[in-house]
Formats: sequence, C-alpha cells, structure tokens
Amino acid sequence: MIESTEVKIPVSGIGIRHKARASIALIGNPNAGKSTLFNRLTGLRQTTGNFPGVTVEKHTGTVQLAHSAINLIDLPGIYSLDGTSTDERIAVDVTLGRVPGTDRPSGLLVVIDATHIYQGLYLLEQLLELQLPTMVALTMIDVATANGTSIDIDALQDSLGGVPVYAVSSITGHGLDVLKERLEQVTTIPCPSIPASWPELSETAQQISQQLGQDWQRIDVIQALLQTHPGFAGKLGDLLGQDTVAKLRLKLFGDAPPAAAEARQRYQWVKKVIAQVQEQAPLYSKIGARLAQWTNRPWPATLLFFAVLLLVFQAVFTWATPMMDAIDGLSSGLGRWIITQLGDNALSSFLADGVIAGVGSVLIFLPQILILFLFIIILEDTGYLARTSFLMDRVMRTVGLSGQSVIPMLSSFACAVPSIMATRVIPDRRDRIATMLAAPFMTCSARLPIYALLIAAFVPDQSVGWMNLQGLVLFSLYLLGIVGGLGTALLLKSSALKGPKPHFMLALPEFRTPNLQTVAIKLFDRARIFLKRAGTVIFVVAILVWTLAYFPRADISETLPSVNTSESSSQLDINNARAAAQMEQSWLGRIGRTIEPVFKPLGWDWRVSSAVIAGFPAREVVVAVMGTIYAVGSDADDQSLSEKLRSAKWPDGRIIFTLPMVLGLLVFYAWCLQCAATLATIRRETNTWRWPIFAWLYMTGIGYTGALVIYQVGSLLT
Amino acid sequence: MTLADLARGETAKLDKIDTQDPGVIRLMILGMVEDITVRMENIAIGGDPLEVGFFGSSVSLRKEQARHFKVTRITAGD
Repeated sequence: MIESTEVKIPVSGIGIRHKARASIALIGNPNAGKSTLFNRLTGLRQTTGNFPGVTVEKHTGTVQLAHSAINLIDLPGIYSLDGTSTDERIAVDVTLGRVPGTDRPSGLLVVIDATHIYQGLYLLEQLLELQLPTMVALTMIDVATANGTSIDIDALQDSLGGVPVYAVSSITGHGLDVLKERLEQVTTIPCPSIPASWPELSETAQQISQQLGQDWQRIDVIQALLQTHPGFAGKLGDLLGQDTVAKLRLKLFGDAPPAAAEARQRYQWVKKVIAQVQEQAPLYSKIGARLAQWTNRPWPATLLFFAVLLLVFQAVFTWATPMMDAIDGLSSGLGRWIITQLGDNALSSFLADGVIAGVGSVLIFLPQILILFLFIIILEDTGYLARTSFLMDRVMRTVGLSGQSVIPMLSSFACAVPSIMATRVIPDRRDRIATMLAAPFMTCSARLPIYALLIAAFVPDQSVGWMNLQGLVLFSLYLLGIVGGLGTALLLKSSALKGPKPHFMLALPEFRTPNLQTVAIKLFDRARIFLKRAGTVIFVVAILVWTLAYFPRADISETLPSVNTSESSSQLDINNARAAAQMEQSWLGRIGRTIEPVFKPLGWDWRVSSAVIAGFPAREVVVAVMGTIYAVGSDADDQSLSEKLRSAKWPDGRIIFTLPMVLGLLVFYAWCLQCAATLATIRRETNTWRWPIFAWLYMTGIGYTGALVIYQVGSLLT
Repeated sequence: MTLADLARGETAKLDKIDTQDPGVIRLMILGMVEDITVRMENIAIGGDPLEVGFFGSSVSLRKEQARHFKVTRITAGD
C-alpha cells in the first residue's frame, strides 16, 4: 500500500470539496434501506435526471470522503439480474454498462438488509459475477439486533470470498463513518473471485469468456447461458454451435428452466451460509409484529384500509383548500393589479389572463398534489402500500388486473399524472397500459369545480332518506368514474390487451418508521417532476386558450345589443357584457358556434360548446370560461353564475340547462379525457402516440355517448 | 398437499416445485425453493391471495401459483 503524505485535518470543519473520481452503483433489494443510505451518504449533493429512452429517474449524488469524492448512482431495487419490470431492467442495464450516456460503474456498493439477508445474499452472488470491486453495506443492523438476530460479519466475509461487509444503520448513523472511510479504497479492492454459490456455472463461463476474448466477459456468457439476455444467447449459439450450448445447458441446468435452476442452486448455498453466520433465524420478523398481526387479519385490515383512505381524502380535500384559495386569490389579485396598472389592452390581458392565470392554474394543484404525495410516500416507506395491494388484489382480479394497480388508481383521485407515473411498478406491460387507461376515469380534483357548480345550480338541496341529494349526486359521479375505469380495464384486458393472467408476486415488507429526510427528499423530487411534466403542459394550454378567447377583437358597440336578449341587460355590469361579447366572436366562440351542431343532440348551445372546447386541453378552465361567456366575469362566484345558467335560454325561449342536459353534461365530464397533461404523460410512459390517441378517442366517445343517451332519454321522459 | 391447502399459521416444508408456470419461477427467485420451511402468514378475504413467510421475509402470491408447490405440513396453525 502506498503511504501518502497526509496531514490530518478535520475535513468537515474546513469543507474542502473533492471532485468525484469514480462512479459507484448503489444496488440492492427493494426496501433494503437503499435510498435512506443514499441520502445519508450524499446529503443534498444529489441530482435527478432521466436514463435515456426510459422514464426511470436517475438519481446520482456525490459522497465527500476525507481525501476524495465518489459519484454514487442510486438504482431501483431488484431481486435478481433477470429483471422483468422497467425499474428492474434499468438497474441491470446500468450495472452492466449497457445504458448509453452512463458509464459502467467502476465498483458496486451492495445494500443488504440485515433482517432479510436471505434475498440479499442471492442478489449479491449474482452481482459478484460482474467482476467489479464490490463492497457490502449491511443495513438495518439495529433492527436485526432488536429482533434478536446476530450476524457474524467475519464469517460472512469469509463465505463471500473476502468481499468486505460493513454493518450500518442509516437511522442511527452507526457504522457510516467506517463505511465512508473504506469507500475511499472501493475501486482498489481486488475483484471478487469465483462466487461460491455456483462455481460450476462461473467456471464454465470464465473458460468460455477467455476462449472468446475481450468482447465476452464472464457475466455476458452467464447471461447467454441463462437466457436472461436474448441477444447474447443467440450470439453465443452462433459462436460455439447450438449443439455445444445446448449440451452445456443440459449439464448445468438439467431439464429445469435456467432461472429455476439458478434459484435452487444459489439459494441452497445461501441457506448454508445463513446457518453458519446468523444466530436465530425467526420465521417472521418481530418488529411491529403485534401491530402487523392484527392489521393483517383480513377484516381489521379492510377496515383500516378504508380508514386510511378516508384520512387521505379528507386531508387532500380539506387541508389543501386554504392554500388553494390563497393561490387563487393571489393570482386573480395580481391579474387585476396588472390590468389597473397597464390599462385594458392586449399586453395586460396576456399577462393577467394568460400568463398569471396560467401559472396560477398550475400552482393551484400543488397543495393537493403535495399532500397526496406526502401520504403516499409515508405509506410507501412504512410498508403499508404493499399491504394495500395484497388486500385489494381480489377486487382488481375481477377486472383482469392485480393488486399492484390499486395505488395508481387511488392516486388518480387527486391527479392522473402522478398516478400514470406510479404504474411503473407493474411488471407486465399490458397490465400497466390497462391501468394507465383506467386511471384518468377516476374523479380528479380538476373535475370538482364543474361538478360543484352544476350540482349547486341544478340539484335541489334536499334530503333523500338520511343523505343529502347533492352529496348523493357527487358520490354517484365518483362511482361513475370508478365504474368507467374498472370497466375500461376489463374491456381492454379481455380484448386489445389480452394476455396471461397477471401474477401477483410481491414481497411484503414489515412495518417500519419512515425516515424524515428520505420522505422530504422524495416529496421534493416528486413535486419537481409534477411541475415539470404537468406544469409546462397546463401553462402552454392556458396561454393557448387565452389566445383563442382574446382574438380577434370585437367591435363592442356593434355586438353589445345582441349579448343578452332575454334578460334586463341594464342590470349587467358593462364590462362583463363586453367580455361576453368578445367571447362570442372570438376564435373560441366561433369554434363553439361551428361545432354547435355536433353538441346540439346533447342539448348544448354554442356557449356550453365553447366552454367544453376550451376545457379539452385542461378541464379546469371550464368554469372560468363559462363565467366569461355568461357575462358574469371569470372570477364570478358560483352563486351569480348559477343564476345565469338557470336562466339561459335557446333563441326559441326553451331553457338550455334542463335536468337531462345537466346530468348528461356531468356524465360527459366524468368520462371525457379533457387533460393534455394526462395525454402527454401517457405518451411519455408508453413511448408511443398510439395509446394517448386511443385513450382520448375512447374517453371522448363514451363521454359523448353517455351524455347523448341521458339527454335524449331524459328529454323524452320529462 | 400443496401450499394452497395450508391454513393460516401452519408451517410446512416445500417439497417439489413445478416450474412450468413462469410465475412460479419469479417466486423461486424470491427464495421459495425446495427444502425451505414456510409459514402461511395470511389469507386474504375470499381465500386469495396468500401471504407466505420464510427467512424473515413475506411474499404474497395467488393460489394459482401456490398449487405448484408440493409441501409437507410441519405444524398446525394458530
């Protein structure tokens, strides 16, 4: 070892920043405490990007060590190297240096949960075939100790052929100093030799790789033999002859599928190692065992699930309200101030009604989204979300999906965008797409304003039994969304996305106290992604709708008399009348008039049609547009707009907003996909335009049909 | 008998695994291989899915896959 001339200085006190010299991949099982360790090691020196071509976020961070720094890549948790979900595949590809733009890591920091070394050691043995310098962080050592489990670290290192193992606790910070000190040498530690769990395979692969030369590393040959990489498998057959490869496989795997043979072989070794190094192997971890046992009983679990759901909904819809009102007040106040400062002209309108209203319409969702995310992250980190999937699997099976679709569907009651991103955990692509197309049916928060307006205006405030009729209608609309979503999943899973029955295989973590720092970092991260993905789309849409409604300018004096024929126009605020006149002959109004015949069978006049058209890119604008069209101003309270809607008439004097028409309109809003951000997210996640286009046509189609049937049948009956 | 026949709380040794079902292989990758002892931790409402515990881990699976695991019962449930 080379002795460097060192001067001992407390680096933390001086704060020298070293430039990262090596890239190390942080890899381990899901729930092994990987993210918490990552946050502990890197602090806030981390960045999030994307791996090219896929939507998996790439978290990298710098670990400042005493004499140097290393670059740490946090990878999604995996159980083995033959990953099936997108997250798993990306972890494997990065480790193997197959991702363009990301260098092959020069070493591995493998995270093993001390309370789950069984699965951890299996993955580690596969990773040792990579022949990279490898170090093990044995996390949750405090939890293991509390469970009465002790692990002989020296014996474990011996079984691993000398791979260094460091026991740490990310919660208490125990062992982190030692780990950091050793990380300094991570790239210089000798590569591990032949892993002991399956020497026959490793040695065979080693020989072949030497025979084939530089292009073939041992891991490539292993993946070719195990058929976990179809490309390599084919090439190896071409190089060595199909017969030779078939014989090798028969010798190594017998007649079992290679993956099954590997699991048998390596877990047999893992079992032996555990018997040697671990004292007391409880069948089930004891931490929170009593709580877990009770809450796991089917009926208490179901009750708890609904209680949690109620709490989350309550929080999302009531806690967020004051913040949303504040954002709303701020953006409209700022808009008015700009108009008074600059006068009423195109620039001030663009700034106030376009830009500021646009930014406001993005920010207004943030409180709900943040609260929803906060709950989901906490539930995720306590291990409860996996439990929910277990609980709801039975229900989801009836529509051809599995319990893993539950969380995305629940998230979409706030917003479909994060929910579509949450479908990544679903391993099967067909199941994933079916979930993505079902999620936008759930009643998201952007639908609530129009529901509230129409229900308050047209549903009598009376009780039906012990329930309130208005509440009952709102509840039915939620139900309608759920039925639409589940029906869609069922339809797709039995037609276009028909495939083998989804398996439901999920490791269920035990209850754990979430780490505050990790929760905060995750929350910040998801909020940032939401603002970037959905925010930009919503903003652009707001500008577009403003442009369509503002141009071309009306000649007010000419149009004013035609604005309101039935009502006493003297009562109308002159500005609102102007705005309404402007709306009538703007591009938006013209589109509304042109398209009126299409929506006439639903009982909508040009004004409703214009508002609906304006709502297609982002449904949340619809109430504001209606306010403008009905000449009560875009900031009007629901009261005055309700009155306007009730008295709106066709030219022949018939009332427009009849009960069948309103119910049809509500059904239309429940089912129609009026959200460009959702479409953009589906496009991003499926990597094709086919599914967003299908989703739009399909949802618009059934929304229209639903409204048509209700209006026509309802009009016949009344 | 198979894993699907265990009652809640019963422990059993896994004997022979039918590897035809790709779902079964995923479970083997999670560690459900021959000769280990498992405990039926939980059975959801309606009898499916199941939660099986082994070596400190819990894994959920459906009955359909559980039928591919032949087992010998060790102890009765709670």
